[in-house]
Amino acid sequence: MSEFLDMGGHGPYVWSAYGVTLVVMVYNAWAAYRHQANALARLQQAEPEQETRAKPTVRQIG
Amino acid sequence: MRAVPLRSRLWRAFHQLGSPPYVYRLAGRLSPWLGAASCVLLAVGAFWGLVLAPPDYLQGDSFRIIYIHVPSAYLSMGGYVLMAVAAAIGYIWRMKLAHGVAVCVAPLGAWFTALALITGGIWGKPTWGTYWEWGDARLMFELLLLFLYIGYMVLRMSFDDRDKADRVSALLAVVGVVNVPIVHYSVEWWTTLHQGPTLIREGGPSITMDMLIPLLIMLAAFSLFFGWLLCKRLQGEILRRERRTRWVRNLAAEAAA
Repeated sequence: MSEFLDMGGHGPYVWSAYGVTLVVMVYNAWAAYRHQANALARLQQAEPEQETRAKPTVRQIG
Repeated sequence: MRAVPLRSRLWRAFHQLGSPPYVYRLAGRLSPWLGAASCVLLAVGAFWGLVLAPPDYLQGDSFRIIYIHVPSAYLSMGGYVLMAVAAAIGYIWRMKLAHGVAVCVAPLGAWFTALALITGGIWGKPTWGTYWEWGDARLMFELLLLFLYIGYMVLRMSFDDRDKADRVSALLAVVGVVNVPIVHYSVEWWTTLHQGPTLIREGGPSITMDMLIPLLIMLAAFSLFFGWLLCKRLQGEILRRERRTRWVRNLAAEAAA
């Protein structure tokens, strides 16, 4: 087992590369799910305001 | 029953892919399958690459970094092409959903570009004796790719108006795509530190089967992973862009109930 972890002396390089990759991929998965959950949560908060239409501005009329 | 001609079927598919509610539901249905398949393949590929594949005769065990480095680098370039094509479709046909796809690809592509640079640097230390070499063309153009992704995202942030951000950032995405073939051919045009291509080269892959199979598994796993997160991000992006439409408001009300 320790021979496997040592990777012929290249262990620190191999495992740090795989470790960084794992961390980045897990973070990205979390961020993608949070991205969608946030969008949904913001919709639910904003919903009452959405019912009343904003008054058109001068620019839109002209 | 009369068969529907291929051309009208293609037209229907094209219109459906431009329809936000359809794509939102499609992404929602696809993502759990993509997520499960990518996690299984990542585990299989990592085990095969780390344990079963034999060490390289020249580089020893450090070559095992190839199984995460090459898929990351491939996604960094493939992601950029996807972003540029989506942005071009959005620009030419004024399809907002296509701009949305480009927006979602950008952070994922940037992360995989960063991973390609980091894992490459770690691999470089035992192989070249250095983490980073400013004179190496492959390294420089890959770094430029990262700056193009970041530039795309920062440029968008500088506009309050989403339509304007879509149009201007699409130009940057499309112009920057010339960098992708340069990254690919840089190891042939300028031979410095980075080794030549392993897979896409004249005469076929320069790698034995017992090393190649886990690499192909990892390429598939990383692509599915990218597709999974793209679906998730696209769902969020569609909700933000379509928040004033009736179908999104109904969806929010359903989710709250």
